[in-house]
Order: sequence, then C-alpha cells, then structure tokens
Amino acid sequence: MQVLEIVKRNIFFFLSLILIFLLYLFSNSFLSWIIEFPDLFKIPIAKYITIFVKWLIEDADFGLFTFKQFTRAIGSLLDAPSLFLKGLLANGFKYEMDNSDILYIPPLSWMSVIFIFVTTAIWLKDYTLAFFIAISLLYVVFFDLWESTMTTFSSIIVAVIIGIIIGTLLGIISYKSKNINGILTPIFDFMQTMPVFAYLVPALMLFGYGPAAALIVTLIYAMPPMARITKNALDQVDNEVVELGKMVGCSTLQMLYRVLLPSIRPRMMLGVNQVIMLTLNMVIIASMIGAGGLGYDVWQSLKQLRIGQGFEAGIAITLVAIILDRLSQKIAEKRPVYRDKKTNFFQKNIYLISIFIFIIITWACGNWFSFFYDIPENLIVSSGRFWDGIIDYININYHGPIRLVRDFFYIYLLKPFKIFMISVPWFVVVLLVFTIGFRIQGLALGIKCSMLVLFIAMTGFWEKAMITVYLIGVCVLLANLIGIPIGIIASQNDRVHKVTQVIIDTFQTLPAFVYLIPVIMIFSVGDFSAMIAVVLYAIVPAIRYTDNGIRQIPKSYLDAAVSVGCTKFQILRRVQLPLSLPDIMLGVNQTLMMGLSMLVITALVGTRDLGQETLIALSKVDPGRGITAGICVAFIAIVVDRLINAWSQKRKKELSLMNNV
Amino acid sequence: MKKIINNFLQSYLIIFFLSFSFLVSSTVKATTPESKDPIKVVIMGYSGDNIIMQIYGELISKLGYNVEYTPADYIGQFAGLKSGDLHIGSPGWDTTAKDVMADAWGSGTVLNMGNIGISVFEDWWYPLYVKDKCPGLPNWEALLDAECAKSLSTAETSPNGRFLEGPIEWGGTGNLRIEALGLPLEVINAGSDAALGADIVAAVKRKEPIIAWTWQPYWLPAMYPGEFVAWPEYGDGCYDDASWGPNPDKTHDCGNPTGYMWKSAWSGGESIWPKAYDVWKKFTLDEKTMGDLVYKSDIDGTDTMDVAKDWIAENESIWGEWLK
Repeated sequence: MQVLEIVKRNIFFFLSLILIFLLYLFSNSFLSWIIEFPDLFKIPIAKYITIFVKWLIEDADFGLFTFKQFTRAIGSLLDAPSLFLKGLLANGFKYEMDNSDILYIPPLSWMSVIFIFVTTAIWLKDYTLAFFIAISLLYVVFFDLWESTMTTFSSIIVAVIIGIIIGTLLGIISYKSKNINGILTPIFDFMQTMPVFAYLVPALMLFGYGPAAALIVTLIYAMPPMARITKNALDQVDNEVVELGKMVGCSTLQMLYRVLLPSIRPRMMLGVNQVIMLTLNMVIIASMIGAGGLGYDVWQSLKQLRIGQGFEAGIAITLVAIILDRLSQKIAEKRPVYRDKKTNFFQKNIYLISIFIFIIITWACGNWFSFFYDIPENLIVSSGRFWDGIIDYININYHGPIRLVRDFFYIYLLKPFKIFMISVPWFVVVLLVFTIGFRIQGLALGIKCSMLVLFIAMTGFWEKAMITVYLIGVCVLLANLIGIPIGIIASQNDRVHKVTQVIIDTFQTLPAFVYLIPVIMIFSVGDFSAMIAVVLYAIVPAIRYTDNGIRQIPKSYLDAAVSVGCTKFQILRRVQLPLSLPDIMLGVNQTLMMGLSMLVITALVGTRDLGQETLIALSKVDPGRGITAGICVAFIAIVVDRLINAWSQKRKKELSLMNNV
Repeated sequence: MKKIINNFLQSYLIIFFLSFSFLVSSTVKATTPESKDPIKVVIMGYSGDNIIMQIYGELISKLGYNVEYTPADYIGQFAGLKSGDLHIGSPGWDTTAKDVMADAWGSGTVLNMGNIGISVFEDWWYPLYVKDKCPGLPNWEALLDAECAKSLSTAETSPNGRFLEGPIEWGGTGNLRIEALGLPLEVINAGSDAALGADIVAAVKRKEPIIAWTWQPYWLPAMYPGEFVAWPEYGDGCYDDASWGPNPDKTHDCGNPTGYMWKSAWSGGESIWPKAYDVWKKFTLDEKTMGDLVYKSDIDGTDTMDVAKDWIAENESIWGEWLK
C-alpha cells in the first residue's frame, strides 16, 4: 500500500525515470549523438586554458613588474619563515665572510629540540604528552630520520599557521556575507577535490621549483576545512550569546574576538586538526616538487620497494602530525595564569630560562662530544627487514585466498559496474541528473547540476569521468558502509572510541603511498588495489563525523529518553541517529571529497580515470589538460554534493514537520 | 595584542628584506665567473641516477662550488630547469622522456649537454621460470601460444594473458605491438614506476608467471634472474612503415629502439658557473661501471653517496681529465 502511495505521489518523477531508462536501452539503435557527444559542440577548453596559463607566465605584465615576478615575490615571502626554521632545526646557517670563509652556525642539536618540546608539554601540564613527545622524537633520532623530520616539521608548521589564519579569515568573511559565501563555497569545493597534479604545473611555473610552490599547493588543499568549519560554527552560535555581546556594548571587532571566536573555540580546534592532518597528507606530493624531508624519504624508499624504510618514515610523519595536533589543542585550552606580583623574573620565566641553559650546555658539549649532534652510527636501528618480511610472508603464503577475494570483487562488482557506467550515454546522464535535481528541489537545482554534467561531456573527457564516477562511487559506498557502523559503535563505547581515534588519525596522516605499495604487492596493479587505498583513506571522515555527531548530542536529550524508558537500541534509533543525521551526512559528503582527492593515488596505481589524465598532463607539461580534468572532478563532486545536501535539507524539514504534528 | 602583532610584523619584514638583499646580491654576483651561489643539482631517488648526480656534485664541490642536491620528479624537473629554479638536471632517457626533453631543449632555456655514454634499453621482461609455461622464450613467438597466455592471465584480462606496462604517459606501444604480431595478450598499465616494480617483485616472489615492462640499467632485472623477450630487431621504418617487418599490414611489429641517457642543464647557469658546466659536458661513464655502481647500491645496500665517493676516490685518472 505504502509503496503504491509513494509512486502515486511521485508519478511524474517515476514516469520520467522510466522514460530515461527506455532511452538508455534503445539509444544505440537510433540516435548516435546521444551516445557520442558530437565533436561539433566539443569545446577545446584545455587548449584555451593552456594558452591562458602560458600568457600569464610569459607575458602578463602590470607595468612595474610582471605577473611572474609578483608570484615569485609572494613565494619568497612565504618561504622566508620556513627557511629560517629549517636553518634553526635542520641545516644550520651559512654566511659567507669577506675573505670567502664560510661562517657556519649549526642547527639546534637533537637534544635541545627534544628538550624544548618536552618542556613545552610540561609547561602545558600534560605529562603524558611530554612522555609521548620524548618517545616519538627518540624514535626519529634512532631511526636516523632526524634531519628529514626537522625539514618537514619546519615547512609544515608554517603551512599550518598560514592555513589556519587564512582559513579563519575566510570563514569569518563567509559568515558575515551570504554573497561571498556563495562564491567561496564552490571555490572551496574546487580546492578540495581537484587532484593536486592538476595544478602542480602552473604552481611550479608561477612559484618556482621548491618549498614555496609546495607550500602553495599544500595550502590549496589543506585550508578549506578550516574556513568551512569556522563558518559553520559561527552559524551555530546561540543567539543568546550574540545578544549578550550586544547588551554589553561590543563593537563589531570586539564581538568577533571577545564573543564569537572564543565561543566556537572547541569547534575551531576540529578545523585546526583537519588542517594539520591534510597538510601532512601533502608531504609526499610536496617532496615531488622540491620540499624534501620525510616525504622524499618515503617516496624514494617506495620507488626501490624498501617498504620497511618507507614505513618508518611514514610513521615519523604520523608522529609529527600527532605531536602538532595535541600541542595545538593543549595550547588552545591553556588559560592565562595569574600570579602573585611578588614572583620574580626567574620564577616567571623558569621554562624559558631552563631551555636557554640547556641549549648552551648541549652546544658547549657538542664541541667536545659529537654525540650531542650526531647519533653514532652503531646506535641507529632499522626495522626495515621486519616489515619487508611481513609483506613477503602474506604475499607468498596467503595469495590463494587473497586472489579469490580480489577476483570475486572484480568479476561481480567492479567489472559489471564499470561496463555499465561506460555504457550510459551522456545525454541520459544529463537528463537523469536534471530529473533528480528537479525532483529534490526544483528547476534551478536541476538546471544547475545538469549544466555541470553537460560541461564534462563538452570537454571530451566523458569516458574517463564515468570511470571516475564508477571507481569513487564504489569506494565511497564501501567506506560509508563500513565506516558509519564503526562510528556508531565508537560513539557508544569510550574504549572503542579511543582505539578508533588513534587508528583513524594514523590513516589520515600516514601517507597513502606507504600502504599503497604493499597493497599493490598483495593485490596487484588494478582497480581493486586502488579501491582498497581509497577506502582506507576515505573511511576516516565517515567514522569521525558519525562518532562526533552522536557524541555532541546534549546529555539532556539522552536523559529524557532514558526517563521515558527507551532501551539502548531505541535511544540509538530514535534519538541519536536522527539528531546526528546532519553530521553523518556531512561525513558522507567528506568521504566523497576525500575519495576524489585520492584520484592522485589511484592514478599512480594505474586506473584510467581523470586522475590519470592529470598525471599525463603533468608529464606533458600541459597545464590546460590537467586543469580541465581537475575541473571535471570538481564538477562531479559539486553535483553529488549539491544533490545530497538538498536532499538532506529537505529530509530534515520533513522530519521536523512530522515531529511537530 | 597589538604589540605582539607589531613585533611579529617587524621581525617578518626584517627577514623579508634580508632574503631580498640576498636575492639582490646574488644577481650582482652572477656576472663574476666564480660564483658561490648554490648550484641546484637534481636527484630523483633512483639509485643509478642518484650516483651519477652525486659523483658530479662531489666533483664540482672539489672545485669549490656550493652544491645543493634538490629532490625532484623525473618529468617535473624539466619545468624547474626551464625556469632556472633547478640547474643541473638528472639524466633523461630517450626511451621515456624523448618528447619532454625535445620540448625543453627547444625552449632555449634548457641546454642539451650531450649524452652520458650509457645506452638504455627498455622492453618486455620476464623472470626465468616463465620459460616453463612458455617454452621457446626468449623468442617472441612463444607468446603466441594459448597455454602460455592462459598462465599469464588475470581476472581483468582473462582469457588473454596480461602484459604489465609502465605508466601510460611513458608512451608505451605495447597494444600496437600486440595487435601487429597477433599476440593473445592485453595491456594493463601500472600508474607509476613504484607500482610497476611492486607488482613485478611480488609476482616473482610467489613464482607467478608475469611479463612486464622493465629497463636497464635498473635494480629490478639486476636483482632477479630473468630475460628480455627477443623481438624482430628494431629498424628504421618499423614504427611508421607498415610493410616493414613480419606483419606487412601493421606498424610496430618489432622490439623497442634503444637510446641514451642525456644530460640537461639550465641555460642561464653557463655564465654563472662556466667551469661546473664544462665538467658536466665532459662527464661520461661507461655501461660496465654504471652496472657495478648500481649493483653496489642496490644489491649490497651501500648508500648511493658512499658509492659515489668511493668511485671518486678510486678513479682520479678518469675525472682528473674533466676538471682540467
């Protein structure tokens, strides 16, 4: 009965779906332009973009200086702080004297750096963290990764700080103005979903080969979540808080700094966390364009299939991420300390002074004992053989069952779905997207989404776009099918929560490259390996957002549910899940974004999607081709995102209506 | 708060101007021949290429130049060489970077510094035990056999056998060759050299039949016993004249042409570090030396920098000529 009712109410929608399906079935027999996009209407967008980028780099001139000089100046400005840190922590400083002698100031010794970090943690009164930092940094020292780690650290910290500042500012601006928000949202979508390889060529051309370009590329990818989260958090600030601010007579700026930003601090720290994680995620790509550091170590080891070494360096990246994240969270929680006026200078600055003394001592000792600067070689350890051994063991002994699983997935899921996606004519997809958009929200959404799909057809990347949809679609589906239940379990049980937290933090920061190569060794080159790598990465937001969403539900609701006698399961089904649905949907959305950002990785496995197109463009130094493919990826993301969003908005409204009745 | 911002701004400006003054001073120095400006030497992370670059780098350090080894990507480095962000390029191979090199040299900002003297070779490679399944190898006709193809097949390619080729952007012609010679095989592209190597090594370790794209000099064929398939030898016309070769109707009915490793450098550097550029022009190594050096690094596990330094210590008679 109910089904009939639904069909009756949506009769036009279902009729058009049936029509579209018929069109799909019979299209090959009559109209060729429905299947193949007519060449006549294809626009050589890639060519135009290439011409434009070349003009920008070679000819654009503002009179006083050229565009390239302008971007280079920005580049060196951005470079300066990380160069300074790098000198301080990793390489030391070299100055050339008049008599062509070189004055060399060595970097801080590993002992000093560890001491500084540990002291900071003690100053923050977090002794577990201090212990964790000491252990992690000693790991880095004894695995001979110190210099790389410090190089990575100094470029990362600058990227993170700039990302947080710019992200917060953009978040505030888009909170203040709806128009700007309307412009920025799609731009953020672009920044997050365009495969990095797409804009690597122009970034290299404009900012030069080196840390500056790497920093820019990192910012493009890592900054948007900060802005989004800031904006969302500001939107959700209670009206009462704002009223209070108004009552005590805050100016606009005071309102922002004294009232709004402090009240959203916990949520903003989630943004900071995301910026740190995503920044560290870019470490490998950054090393491909001259940033060096741990990323280079991972990349080089994997090229030579020294999986263990790659893994060691990858772990160091994760440790840096966790240290940075925990320290920043603690610093944000730190409240100003009010002391007696009587405390003297030494008491006030005890930590700074002890750091200073320690540096002097290690420096002095370093002149006598090289141990203070370099760990002797016979103390350096490596677990390389161990990890290589594990992979070999799995590969040799369990290949039978592994192959069985892989082939099953391939034959019954991947291959049919892929063939189906490629067989769907562009015209049918445009119609379908229009119908769904129209059904969910109305004419505007339908037209908007179908135009974006039409654009993809016009670029001539249709088949690769469809393969992208197929691959990422499967991955996102799997990631959510596995991730949301894990998130729900984690939200119910503190111990599970803690364990999953560590695991997902690891997966988000451990460069995908580290597990990509073992995955390929075990599952061979192909879509299945790509799928595993993408799912491992994209599952993180599915778990995190579900878990966080359920945990943020005010306790009063749960108490109320308990008092009316709900069982645990009922609470989950009737209270927790519906209330956290917006967060879960945000998580679904993010798995999609993460999945699409992994196209870079899938391209390196060897799939024939848009990611591969950007890789080809990179090797042919063809900026237009890469950017166009990137735009197609972003459009896919935007279409799906808008449809999901519109649907969940509508659903929410319906729910609240039902509740009111 | 204001004070902090002020302080921050001040220190930032100071750093900025300092770095700016470095920039200015470096452009002034550029006219003097013996510049101490760092020469950025590309290293890409392949042992063979690393050793070449490190031998060169250590040699010009002896001359007093300031060398900065800069990690970069094989193909990506050419964008850096064009703009002058990188100075001495890692060797480009005819077999994989012909177009990119031609484009770079044609642009006028990248110099072709000659070839290193090492011929490079890339083609279809198999581990020795594949001979059991495909008797008749290394002769290519052994691959025509359906049983052989079956042993090479996977779920993706079944019933055809799988030929694992390098990334598509390397411009492999496997599918054309398969078509021209009527082989019951299908091309699967690995997306990167790392993926290609991982798949091959994993297959070799579990003794699974595989035929894949590999090259020489490279650690993989050095480390695992195997052979390259013997094709009708490449000759002029094979790739563009259909009548050439065993199949009169198709092109690409032959093996891959061999090529050389080429040296590149940013053109602007020649006036800044003329001597260093001169050394790079003279730099050559023979294949046997290269093979030994790669073996030391990949099989014995010696660090590439140590391999380079050892070579320098033992071969003054060779490099002494270059530094003159």
